[in-house]
Amino acid sequence: MNIFKYFGEVFGAIRSLWAGMRVTGYYSIRPGKVVTQQYPENRKKLVIADRFKGEVIMKHDSNNQHTCNGCGICELNCPNGSIEIISNKITNAEGKSERIIDKHIYHLSMCTFCSLCIKTCPSNSITWGQDFEHAMFDRNKLTKVLNQPGSSIRKEIKEVKETKEA
Amino acid sequence: MEEVFQDIIIKHSDDYIINMGPQHPSTHGVLRFELCLLGETVKYIIPHCGYIHRGIEKMCEKNTYQQIIHLTDRFDYLSAHMNNEAVCLAVENALEVEVPERVKYIRTILAELNRIASHQLWWCAFGMDLGALTTFFYGLRDREYILDIFEESFGSRLLHSFNYPGGLMHDLHPNFQQKVKDFIKYFRKKLPEYDQLLTGNIIFQQRSIGMGYMSKEDAISYGVTGPSGRGSGFKCDVRKHHPYSAYSKVDFKEILYTEGDTFARYKARIDEMWESMNIIEQLIDNIPAGDYTAKMKPIIKLPVGDYFQRVETARGELGCYIVSDGNKNPLRVKFRTPNFSNLFIINKIASGNKIADLVAISGSLDLVIPDIDR
Repeated sequence: MNIFKYFGEVFGAIRSLWAGMRVTGYYSIRPGKVVTQQYPENRKKLVIADRFKGEVIMKHDSNNQHTCNGCGICELNCPNGSIEIISNKITNAEGKSERIIDKHIYHLSMCTFCSLCIKTCPSNSITWGQDFEHAMFDRNKLTKVLNQPGSSIRKEIKEVKETKEA
Repeated sequence: MEEVFQDIIIKHSDDYIINMGPQHPSTHGVLRFELCLLGETVKYIIPHCGYIHRGIEKMCEKNTYQQIIHLTDRFDYLSAHMNNEAVCLAVENALEVEVPERVKYIRTILAELNRIASHQLWWCAFGMDLGALTTFFYGLRDREYILDIFEESFGSRLLHSFNYPGGLMHDLHPNFQQKVKDFIKYFRKKLPEYDQLLTGNIIFQQRSIGMGYMSKEDAISYGVTGPSGRGSGFKCDVRKHHPYSAYSKVDFKEILYTEGDTFARYKARIDEMWESMNIIEQLIDNIPAGDYTAKMKPIIKLPVGDYFQRVETARGELGCYIVSDGNKNPLRVKFRTPNFSNLFIINKIASGNKIADLVAISGSLDLVIPDIDR
Protein backbone atom coordinates (compact mmCIF):
# COMPACT_ATOMS: atom_id res chain seq x y z
CA MET A 1 0.00 0.00 0.00
CA ASN A 2 2.77 2.37 0.92
CA ILE A 3 4.63 1.82 -2.33
CA PHE A 4 1.48 2.50 -4.36
CA LYS A 5 1.00 5.78 -2.52
CA TYR A 6 4.63 6.67 -3.19
CA PHE A 7 4.40 6.05 -6.93
CA GLY A 8 1.00 7.74 -7.03
CA GLU A 9 2.57 10.88 -5.62
CA VAL A 10 5.43 10.73 -8.10
CA PHE A 11 3.07 10.40 -11.08
CA GLY A 12 0.80 13.14 -9.68
CA ALA A 13 3.80 15.43 -9.43
CA ILE A 14 4.88 14.70 -12.98
CA ARG A 15 1.33 15.32 -14.22
CA SER A 16 1.17 18.70 -12.48
CA LEU A 17 4.51 19.76 -13.96
CA TRP A 18 3.36 18.56 -17.39
CA ALA A 19 0.19 20.73 -17.11
CA GLY A 20 2.32 23.80 -16.56
CA MET A 21 4.81 22.92 -19.28
CA ARG A 22 1.95 22.46 -21.74
CA VAL A 23 0.88 26.09 -21.29
CA THR A 24 4.39 27.43 -21.89
CA GLY A 25 4.88 24.99 -24.78
CA TYR A 26 1.62 26.15 -26.38
CA TYR A 27 2.92 29.71 -26.58
CA SER A 28 6.50 28.85 -27.51
CA ILE A 29 5.40 27.21 -30.79
CA ARG A 30 2.87 29.97 -31.62
CA PRO A 31 4.81 33.21 -32.09
CA GLY A 32 1.68 34.92 -33.46
CA LYS A 33 0.18 34.96 -29.96
CA VAL A 34 3.07 36.95 -28.49
CA VAL A 35 1.93 40.41 -27.45
CA THR A 36 5.30 41.97 -26.59
CA GLN A 37 6.19 45.15 -28.46
CA GLN A 38 9.72 46.26 -29.31
CA TYR A 39 9.50 49.82 -28.04
CA PRO A 40 12.24 52.01 -29.54
CA GLU A 41 11.94 50.26 -32.90
CA ASN A 42 8.16 50.65 -33.21
CA ARG A 43 8.16 54.35 -32.34
CA LYS A 44 6.68 55.37 -35.70
CA LYS A 45 3.59 53.21 -35.44
CA LEU A 46 3.09 53.63 -31.70
CA VAL A 47 -0.54 54.36 -30.78
CA ILE A 48 -0.96 56.70 -27.82
CA ALA A 49 -4.44 57.25 -26.39
CA ASP A 50 -5.93 60.71 -27.05
CA ARG A 51 -6.36 61.38 -23.35
CA PHE A 52 -2.87 60.23 -22.34
CA LYS A 53 -1.38 62.55 -19.72
CA GLY A 54 2.06 63.28 -21.08
CA GLU A 55 2.59 66.94 -20.25
CA VAL A 56 0.55 70.12 -19.95
CA ILE A 57 0.49 72.14 -23.18
CA MET A 58 -1.26 75.34 -24.21
CA LYS A 59 -3.46 75.25 -27.27
CA HIS A 60 -2.34 77.65 -30.02
CA ASP A 61 -4.19 78.22 -33.27
CA SER A 62 -2.70 78.88 -36.72
CA ASN A 63 -2.35 82.62 -35.99
CA ASN A 64 -0.16 81.81 -32.95
CA GLN A 65 -2.95 82.90 -30.62
CA HIS A 66 -4.07 81.29 -27.37
CA THR A 67 -6.97 81.89 -24.99
CA CYS A 68 -5.10 82.20 -21.68
CA ASN A 69 -5.75 85.54 -19.97
CA GLY A 70 -3.51 84.81 -16.99
CA CYS A 71 -6.22 84.52 -14.34
CA GLY A 72 -4.04 82.23 -12.21
CA ILE A 73 -6.67 79.64 -11.30
CA CYS A 74 -4.44 76.79 -12.48
CA GLU A 75 -1.62 78.15 -10.29
CA LEU A 76 -3.95 78.23 -7.27
CA ASN A 77 -5.24 74.71 -7.86
CA CYS A 78 -1.87 73.07 -8.45
CA PRO A 79 -1.00 71.05 -5.32
CA ASN A 80 2.77 71.10 -5.90
CA GLY A 81 3.39 74.59 -7.25
CA SER A 82 4.43 73.33 -10.63
CA ILE A 83 2.72 76.21 -12.45
CA GLU A 84 3.90 79.81 -12.20
CA ILE A 85 2.16 82.64 -14.00
CA ILE A 86 3.83 85.97 -14.66
CA SER A 87 1.38 88.53 -16.00
CA ASN A 88 1.61 92.24 -16.79
CA LYS A 89 -1.02 94.94 -16.44
CA ILE A 90 -1.33 97.22 -19.44
CA THR A 91 -3.80 99.87 -20.57
CA ASN A 92 -5.40 99.03 -23.87
CA ALA A 93 -6.59 101.36 -26.63
CA GLU A 94 -9.92 102.00 -24.90
CA GLY A 95 -8.16 103.23 -21.78
CA LYS A 96 -9.07 100.26 -19.57
CA SER A 97 -6.42 98.39 -17.62
CA GLU A 98 -6.07 94.81 -18.82
CA ARG A 99 -4.11 91.81 -17.62
CA ILE A 100 -1.92 90.14 -20.19
CA ILE A 101 0.05 86.96 -19.68
CA ASP A 102 3.78 87.30 -19.96
CA LYS A 103 4.94 83.77 -19.18
CA HIS A 104 3.08 80.58 -18.25
CA ILE A 105 5.87 78.57 -16.63
CA TYR A 106 5.31 74.84 -16.14
CA HIS A 107 7.73 72.69 -14.12
CA LEU A 108 7.29 69.20 -15.52
CA SER A 109 9.70 67.84 -12.92
CA MET A 110 7.29 68.76 -10.10
CA CYS A 111 4.03 67.77 -11.83
CA THR A 112 2.06 64.83 -10.42
CA PHE A 113 -0.43 64.64 -13.33
CA CYS A 114 -3.56 65.14 -11.22
CA SER A 115 -5.22 67.22 -14.02
CA LEU A 116 -6.71 69.73 -11.57
CA CYS A 117 -5.31 72.67 -13.58
CA ILE A 118 -6.96 71.45 -16.77
CA LYS A 119 -10.29 70.68 -15.10
CA THR A 120 -10.52 74.10 -13.47
CA CYS A 121 -9.23 76.26 -16.36
CA PRO A 122 -12.11 78.68 -17.08
CA SER A 123 -11.01 79.56 -20.62
CA ASN A 124 -10.12 75.98 -21.62
CA SER A 125 -6.69 77.06 -22.83
CA ILE A 126 -4.46 74.28 -21.46
CA THR A 127 -4.76 70.59 -22.16
CA TRP A 128 -2.78 67.36 -22.03
CA GLY A 129 -0.13 66.66 -24.64
CA GLN A 130 0.70 63.10 -25.60
CA ASP A 131 4.51 63.39 -25.61
CA PHE A 132 5.91 60.95 -23.05
CA GLU A 133 9.64 60.83 -23.74
CA HIS A 134 10.77 63.30 -21.12
CA ALA A 135 14.24 61.98 -20.26
CA MET A 136 16.74 64.85 -20.16
CA PHE A 137 20.34 65.25 -19.10
CA ASP A 138 19.59 68.55 -17.38
CA ARG A 139 16.73 69.10 -14.97
CA ASN A 140 16.33 72.74 -16.04
CA LYS A 141 15.17 71.59 -19.46
CA LEU A 142 12.03 70.21 -17.80
CA THR A 143 10.94 73.76 -16.94
CA LYS A 144 8.91 74.92 -19.89
CA VAL A 145 7.22 78.14 -20.96
CA LEU A 146 3.86 77.10 -22.35
CA ASN A 147 2.89 80.23 -24.31
CA GLN A 148 4.90 80.35 -27.51
CA PRO A 149 7.13 83.36 -28.14
CA GLY A 150 5.30 86.15 -29.92
CA SER A 151 1.88 84.66 -29.20
CA SER A 152 -1.06 86.85 -28.31
CA ILE A 153 -4.44 86.37 -26.71
CA ARG A 154 -7.44 85.62 -28.88
CA LYS A 155 -10.26 88.09 -28.36
CA GLU A 156 -13.17 85.65 -28.58
CA ILE A 157 -12.59 84.08 -25.17
CA LYS A 158 -16.27 84.43 -24.35
CA GLU A 159 -17.25 82.25 -27.28
CA VAL A 160 -14.85 79.56 -26.11
CA LYS A 161 -16.45 79.60 -22.67
CA GLU A 162 -19.90 79.10 -24.18
CA THR A 163 -18.77 76.18 -26.29
CA LYS A 164 -17.15 74.56 -23.26
CA GLU A 165 -20.37 74.73 -21.28
CA ALA A 166 -22.39 73.37 -24.20
CA MET B 1 -4.43 39.51 28.87
CA GLU B 2 -2.05 36.59 28.74
CA GLU B 3 -2.60 36.08 25.04
CA VAL B 4 -1.59 39.65 24.28
CA PHE B 5 1.74 39.31 26.01
CA GLN B 6 2.62 36.14 24.15
CA ASP B 7 3.64 38.25 21.18
CA ILE B 8 6.21 40.33 23.03
CA ILE B 9 9.63 39.47 21.68
CA ILE B 10 12.39 38.89 24.20
CA LYS B 11 15.79 39.71 22.76
CA HIS B 12 18.95 38.09 24.02
CA SER B 13 22.45 39.45 23.60
CA ASP B 14 23.68 36.27 21.91
CA ASP B 15 20.95 36.19 19.24
CA TYR B 16 22.15 35.83 15.68
CA ILE B 17 20.54 38.85 13.95
CA ILE B 18 20.46 39.35 10.21
CA ASN B 19 18.69 42.02 8.18
CA MET B 20 16.41 41.17 5.28
CA GLY B 21 15.94 44.36 3.33
CA PRO B 22 15.47 47.30 2.96
CA GLN B 23 16.66 46.51 -0.56
CA HIS B 24 15.57 42.92 -0.91
CA PRO B 25 13.75 41.75 -4.04
CA SER B 26 11.19 39.67 -2.19
CA THR B 27 10.00 42.43 0.12
CA HIS B 28 8.70 44.32 -2.95
CA GLY B 29 9.83 47.67 -1.68
CA VAL B 30 11.81 49.25 1.10
CA LEU B 31 10.82 47.16 4.08
CA ARG B 32 13.36 45.77 6.54
CA PHE B 33 12.84 42.57 8.48
CA GLU B 34 15.15 42.10 11.45
CA LEU B 35 15.47 38.32 11.64
CA CYS B 36 16.83 36.29 14.51
CA LEU B 37 18.11 33.03 13.09
CA LEU B 38 18.79 29.64 14.52
CA GLY B 39 20.56 28.00 11.64
CA GLU B 40 18.11 28.46 8.80
CA THR B 41 15.09 28.68 11.08
CA VAL B 42 13.65 32.06 11.92
CA LYS B 43 13.21 32.57 15.67
CA TYR B 44 11.51 35.94 15.52
CA ILE B 45 10.89 38.71 13.01
CA ILE B 46 10.78 42.42 13.77
CA PRO B 47 9.50 44.49 10.84
CA HIS B 48 10.98 47.98 10.54
CA CYS B 49 9.01 50.39 8.41
CA GLY B 50 9.37 54.07 7.61
CA TYR B 51 11.86 53.98 4.77
CA ILE B 52 9.37 55.47 2.33
CA HIS B 53 7.44 57.69 4.73
CA ARG B 54 6.33 60.80 2.86
CA GLY B 55 4.00 62.37 5.40
CA ILE B 56 0.90 62.20 3.23
CA GLU B 57 -1.43 62.71 6.19
CA LYS B 58 0.39 65.91 7.13
CA MET B 59 0.43 67.09 3.50
CA CYS B 60 -3.34 66.62 3.39
CA GLU B 61 -3.74 69.29 6.08
CA LYS B 62 -2.28 71.91 3.75
CA ASN B 63 -4.30 70.93 0.69
CA THR B 64 -7.91 71.39 -0.28
CA TYR B 65 -10.26 68.42 -0.57
CA GLN B 66 -9.80 68.25 -4.33
CA GLN B 67 -6.02 68.20 -3.96
CA ILE B 68 -6.06 65.35 -1.43
CA ILE B 69 -7.34 62.94 -4.08
CA HIS B 70 -4.11 62.74 -6.03
CA LEU B 71 -2.09 62.11 -2.84
CA THR B 72 -4.19 59.05 -2.01
CA ASP B 73 -3.07 57.42 -5.25
CA ARG B 74 0.38 57.23 -3.77
CA PHE B 75 -0.14 54.96 -0.84
CA ASP B 76 -1.48 51.79 -2.35
CA TYR B 77 -0.56 52.43 -5.94
CA LEU B 78 -2.05 49.15 -7.15
CA SER B 79 -5.54 50.04 -5.96
CA ALA B 80 -5.42 53.75 -6.69
CA HIS B 81 -9.06 53.96 -7.68
CA MET B 82 -10.37 52.60 -4.39
CA ASN B 83 -8.14 54.95 -2.43
CA ASN B 84 -9.55 57.91 -4.32
CA GLU B 85 -13.04 56.63 -3.74
CA ALA B 86 -12.58 56.57 0.04
CA VAL B 87 -11.85 60.31 0.21
CA CYS B 88 -14.55 61.16 -2.32
CA LEU B 89 -17.19 59.19 -0.44
CA ALA B 90 -16.17 60.77 2.88
CA VAL B 91 -16.45 64.28 1.43
CA GLU B 92 -19.75 63.50 -0.30
CA ASN B 93 -21.22 62.03 2.88
CA ALA B 94 -20.14 65.08 4.85
CA LEU B 95 -21.74 67.47 2.36
CA GLU B 96 -24.78 65.15 1.99
CA VAL B 97 -24.43 65.28 -1.79
CA GLU B 98 -26.28 62.63 -3.77
CA VAL B 99 -24.04 61.60 -6.66
CA PRO B 100 -25.71 60.47 -9.91
CA GLU B 101 -26.38 56.75 -10.41
CA ARG B 102 -24.03 56.75 -13.40
CA VAL B 103 -21.13 57.74 -11.16
CA LYS B 104 -21.88 54.93 -8.70
CA TYR B 105 -21.94 52.31 -11.43
CA ILE B 106 -18.75 53.56 -13.08
CA ARG B 107 -16.94 53.71 -9.75
CA THR B 108 -17.88 50.13 -8.96
CA ILE B 109 -16.78 48.84 -12.37
CA LEU B 110 -13.47 50.67 -12.17
CA ALA B 111 -12.84 49.46 -8.62
CA GLU B 112 -13.35 45.85 -9.70
CA LEU B 113 -11.15 46.27 -12.78
CA ASN B 114 -8.48 47.75 -10.54
CA ARG B 115 -8.87 44.83 -8.13
CA ILE B 116 -8.31 42.33 -10.94
CA ALA B 117 -5.23 44.24 -12.13
CA SER B 118 -3.87 44.31 -8.60
CA HIS B 119 -4.42 40.59 -8.03
CA GLN B 120 -2.79 39.82 -11.37
CA LEU B 121 0.35 41.68 -10.37
CA TRP B 122 0.29 39.96 -6.98
CA TRP B 123 0.03 36.59 -8.74
CA CYS B 124 3.05 37.47 -10.92
CA ALA B 125 5.15 38.55 -7.97
CA PHE B 126 4.07 35.70 -5.72
CA GLY B 127 5.08 33.12 -8.30
CA MET B 128 8.37 34.89 -8.77
CA ASP B 129 9.03 34.88 -5.02
CA LEU B 130 8.68 31.11 -5.06
CA GLY B 131 10.98 30.73 -8.05
CA ALA B 132 8.40 30.44 -10.83
CA LEU B 133 9.56 33.19 -13.16
CA THR B 134 7.08 32.17 -15.89
CA THR B 135 4.10 33.49 -13.94
CA PHE B 136 5.53 36.99 -14.10
CA PHE B 137 5.21 37.19 -17.88
CA TYR B 138 1.77 35.59 -18.09
CA GLY B 139 0.28 37.80 -15.39
CA LEU B 140 1.67 41.01 -16.83
CA ARG B 141 0.41 40.05 -20.29
CA ASP B 142 -3.20 40.01 -19.07
CA ARG B 143 -2.76 43.05 -16.84
CA GLU B 144 -1.77 45.08 -19.90
CA TYR B 145 -5.34 44.80 -21.24
CA ILE B 146 -6.76 46.51 -18.15
CA LEU B 147 -4.06 49.17 -18.16
CA ASP B 148 -4.87 49.95 -21.80
CA ILE B 149 -8.52 50.45 -20.86
CA PHE B 150 -7.46 52.79 -18.05
CA GLU B 151 -5.09 54.68 -20.33
CA GLU B 152 -7.76 55.25 -22.93
CA SER B 153 -10.40 56.42 -20.49
CA PHE B 154 -8.46 58.51 -18.03
CA GLY B 155 -5.04 59.08 -19.41
CA SER B 156 -2.85 57.26 -16.94
CA ARG B 157 -2.17 53.63 -16.32
CA LEU B 158 -1.36 53.38 -12.63
CA LEU B 159 -1.98 56.58 -10.69
CA HIS B 160 -5.25 57.73 -12.19
CA SER B 161 -6.79 60.52 -10.11
CA PHE B 162 -10.08 59.90 -11.85
CA ASN B 163 -12.41 60.44 -8.91
CA TYR B 164 -13.37 63.92 -7.90
CA PRO B 165 -15.52 64.97 -4.94
CA GLY B 166 -19.04 64.80 -6.35
CA GLY B 167 -18.33 62.52 -9.27
CA LEU B 168 -15.64 61.87 -11.82
CA MET B 169 -13.02 64.02 -13.55
CA HIS B 170 -14.58 63.57 -16.98
CA ASP B 171 -16.79 61.12 -18.78
CA LEU B 172 -15.78 57.65 -19.92
CA HIS B 173 -14.31 57.02 -23.34
CA PRO B 174 -16.96 55.82 -25.85
CA ASN B 175 -15.03 52.56 -26.38
CA PHE B 176 -14.99 51.75 -22.66
CA GLN B 177 -17.95 49.36 -22.46
CA GLN B 178 -16.93 47.34 -25.52
CA LYS B 179 -13.32 47.07 -24.36
CA VAL B 180 -14.32 45.90 -20.88
CA LYS B 181 -16.62 43.27 -22.37
CA ASP B 182 -13.81 42.08 -24.65
CA PHE B 183 -11.47 41.90 -21.69
CA ILE B 184 -13.89 39.81 -19.60
CA LYS B 185 -14.38 37.43 -22.52
CA TYR B 186 -10.62 37.17 -22.95
CA PHE B 187 -9.76 36.81 -19.27
CA ARG B 188 -12.37 34.11 -18.62
CA LYS B 189 -10.37 31.97 -21.02
CA LYS B 190 -6.98 32.94 -19.59
CA LEU B 191 -7.64 32.59 -15.87
CA PRO B 192 -7.69 28.75 -16.01
CA GLU B 193 -4.11 29.03 -17.32
CA TYR B 194 -3.14 30.49 -13.96
CA ASP B 195 -4.37 27.34 -12.28
CA GLN B 196 -2.48 25.11 -14.71
CA LEU B 197 0.74 27.07 -14.34
CA LEU B 198 0.90 27.59 -10.60
CA THR B 199 -2.06 26.40 -8.52
CA GLY B 200 -1.73 22.75 -9.50
CA ASN B 201 2.05 22.74 -9.45
CA ILE B 202 3.37 20.19 -6.96
CA ILE B 203 6.36 22.29 -5.90
CA PHE B 204 4.17 25.30 -5.28
CA GLN B 205 1.60 23.26 -3.35
CA GLN B 206 4.18 21.68 -1.09
CA ARG B 207 5.64 25.10 -0.28
CA SER B 208 2.29 26.73 0.45
CA ILE B 209 -0.14 24.18 1.93
CA GLY B 210 -0.02 24.28 5.73
CA MET B 211 2.55 27.09 5.72
CA GLY B 212 2.07 30.22 7.82
CA TYR B 213 -1.10 29.27 9.64
CA MET B 214 -3.20 32.22 10.78
CA SER B 215 -6.19 31.50 13.00
CA LYS B 216 -9.42 33.46 12.78
CA GLU B 217 -8.84 34.91 16.27
CA ASP B 218 -5.39 36.17 15.24
CA ALA B 219 -6.77 37.73 12.08
CA ILE B 220 -9.42 39.57 14.10
CA SER B 221 -7.13 40.72 16.89
CA TYR B 222 -4.44 41.97 14.49
CA GLY B 223 -7.00 43.49 12.13
CA VAL B 224 -5.92 41.48 9.12
CA THR B 225 -8.47 42.26 6.44
CA GLY B 226 -8.90 41.64 2.76
CA PRO B 227 -8.18 38.29 1.11
CA SER B 228 -5.52 37.60 3.76
CA GLY B 229 -8.10 37.76 6.52
CA ARG B 230 -10.77 35.97 4.48
CA GLY B 231 -8.33 33.12 3.95
CA SER B 232 -8.68 32.53 7.69
CA GLY B 233 -12.46 32.67 7.74
CA PHE B 234 -12.73 36.27 8.97
CA LYS B 235 -15.83 37.78 7.34
CA CYS B 236 -14.50 41.26 6.66
CA ASP B 237 -15.68 42.20 3.17
CA VAL B 238 -16.77 45.84 3.40
CA ARG B 239 -18.47 45.53 0.01
CA LYS B 240 -20.80 42.88 1.41
CA HIS B 241 -21.40 44.03 4.97
CA HIS B 242 -21.37 47.82 4.56
CA PRO B 243 -22.15 48.37 0.87
CA TYR B 244 -21.20 51.63 -0.79
CA SER B 245 -21.52 52.86 -4.40
CA ALA B 246 -23.40 50.22 -6.44
CA TYR B 247 -22.41 47.14 -4.44
CA SER B 248 -25.88 46.85 -2.91
CA LYS B 249 -27.31 46.31 -6.40
CA VAL B 250 -25.08 43.44 -7.46
CA ASP B 251 -25.21 39.82 -6.46
CA PHE B 252 -21.84 38.41 -5.43
CA LYS B 253 -20.55 36.10 -2.77
CA GLU B 254 -17.88 36.77 -0.20
CA ILE B 255 -14.89 34.49 -0.74
CA LEU B 256 -14.16 32.62 2.48
CA TYR B 257 -11.55 29.96 3.18
CA THR B 258 -11.10 28.51 6.63
CA GLU B 259 -7.71 26.81 6.28
CA GLY B 260 -5.77 29.96 7.14
CA ASP B 261 -2.56 28.92 5.42
CA THR B 262 -0.65 30.45 2.52
CA PHE B 263 -2.55 28.33 -0.01
CA ALA B 264 -5.93 29.49 1.34
CA ARG B 265 -4.88 33.13 0.97
CA TYR B 266 -3.72 32.33 -2.56
CA LYS B 267 -7.02 30.65 -3.46
CA ALA B 268 -9.01 33.53 -1.96
CA ARG B 269 -7.34 35.97 -4.34
CA ILE B 270 -7.76 33.76 -7.41
CA ASP B 271 -11.45 33.34 -6.58
CA GLU B 272 -11.83 37.08 -6.06
CA MET B 273 -10.77 37.61 -9.66
CA TRP B 274 -13.64 35.36 -10.80
CA GLU B 275 -16.03 37.18 -8.49
CA SER B 276 -14.88 40.61 -9.70
CA MET B 277 -15.59 39.55 -13.27
CA ASN B 278 -19.11 38.54 -12.21
CA ILE B 279 -19.68 41.96 -10.65
CA ILE B 280 -18.45 43.77 -13.76
CA GLU B 281 -20.64 41.66 -16.05
CA GLN B 282 -23.72 42.51 -14.03
CA LEU B 283 -23.04 46.25 -14.26
CA ILE B 284 -21.36 46.91 -17.58
CA ASP B 285 -24.52 46.73 -19.72
CA ASN B 286 -26.65 48.72 -17.28
CA ILE B 287 -24.63 51.92 -16.84
CA PRO B 288 -27.40 54.53 -16.63
CA ALA B 289 -27.16 57.64 -18.78
CA GLY B 290 -26.77 60.94 -17.05
CA ASP B 291 -24.27 63.40 -15.73
CA TYR B 292 -20.83 62.28 -14.70
CA THR B 293 -20.67 64.64 -11.73
CA ALA B 294 -22.99 66.22 -9.22
CA LYS B 295 -23.16 69.98 -8.92
CA MET B 296 -20.40 71.06 -6.53
CA LYS B 297 -19.06 74.41 -5.44
CA PRO B 298 -15.55 75.20 -6.66
CA ILE B 299 -14.33 75.59 -3.07
CA ILE B 300 -15.45 72.73 -0.85
CA LYS B 301 -15.85 73.51 2.86
CA LEU B 302 -17.00 70.65 5.06
CA PRO B 303 -19.20 71.45 8.05
CA VAL B 304 -17.52 71.23 11.45
CA GLY B 305 -17.29 67.64 12.61
CA ASP B 306 -15.57 64.35 11.87
CA TYR B 307 -16.35 61.96 9.06
CA PHE B 308 -15.35 58.38 8.41
CA GLN B 309 -15.69 56.23 5.34
CA ARG B 310 -14.28 52.82 4.62
CA VAL B 311 -13.87 50.98 1.37
CA GLU B 312 -12.54 47.58 0.38
CA THR B 313 -9.29 47.89 -1.54
CA ALA B 314 -7.52 44.96 -3.15
CA ARG B 315 -5.65 44.34 0.11
CA GLY B 316 -8.26 44.97 2.74
CA GLU B 317 -10.16 47.66 4.49
CA LEU B 318 -9.14 51.27 3.94
CA GLY B 319 -10.59 53.83 6.32
CA CYS B 320 -10.51 57.56 5.73
CA TYR B 321 -11.13 59.77 8.76
CA ILE B 322 -11.49 63.50 8.20
CA VAL B 323 -11.80 66.09 10.96
CA SER B 324 -13.02 69.43 9.69
CA ASP B 325 -13.05 72.82 11.38
CA GLY B 326 -15.11 74.45 8.64
CA ASN B 327 -12.21 75.69 6.53
CA LYS B 328 -11.35 74.65 3.01
CA ASN B 329 -8.52 72.51 4.36
CA PRO B 330 -9.12 69.57 6.69
CA LEU B 331 -7.91 69.91 10.28
CA ARG B 332 -6.69 66.33 10.41
CA VAL B 333 -6.82 63.37 8.04
CA LYS B 334 -6.11 59.82 9.14
CA PHE B 335 -5.95 56.84 6.86
CA ARG B 336 -6.35 53.34 8.22
CA THR B 337 -4.41 51.49 5.57
CA PRO B 338 -4.82 47.71 5.21
CA ASN B 339 -1.17 46.80 4.73
CA PHE B 340 -0.04 48.34 8.00
CA SER B 341 -2.27 45.93 9.91
CA ASN B 342 -1.52 43.01 7.62
CA LEU B 343 2.25 43.38 8.07
CA PHE B 344 2.51 43.01 11.84
CA ILE B 345 1.08 39.51 12.00
CA ILE B 346 4.18 38.28 10.19
CA ASN B 347 6.03 37.45 13.42
CA LYS B 348 3.14 35.35 14.64
CA ILE B 349 2.65 33.29 11.48
CA ALA B 350 6.18 33.06 10.09
CA SER B 351 8.44 32.57 13.12
CA GLY B 352 9.54 28.97 13.44
CA ASN B 353 9.70 28.50 9.66
CA LYS B 354 12.68 28.62 7.30
CA ILE B 355 13.80 31.87 5.64
CA ALA B 356 12.56 30.66 2.24
CA ASP B 357 9.11 30.10 3.74
CA LEU B 358 9.14 33.59 5.21
CA VAL B 359 9.38 34.85 1.62
CA ALA B 360 6.34 32.77 0.65
CA ILE B 361 4.34 33.90 3.69
CA SER B 362 5.11 37.60 3.28
CA GLY B 363 4.27 37.21 -0.41
CA SER B 364 0.89 35.70 0.44
CA LEU B 365 0.06 38.74 2.61
CA ASP B 366 0.46 40.86 -0.55
CA LEU B 367 2.30 43.77 1.04
CA VAL B 368 2.63 47.12 -0.71
CA ILE B 369 5.24 49.07 1.20
CA PRO B 370 4.22 52.70 0.39
CA ASP B 371 0.82 51.80 1.87
CA ILE B 372 2.48 50.83 5.16
CA ASP B 373 4.52 53.99 5.53
CA ARG B 374 2.36 56.49 3.58
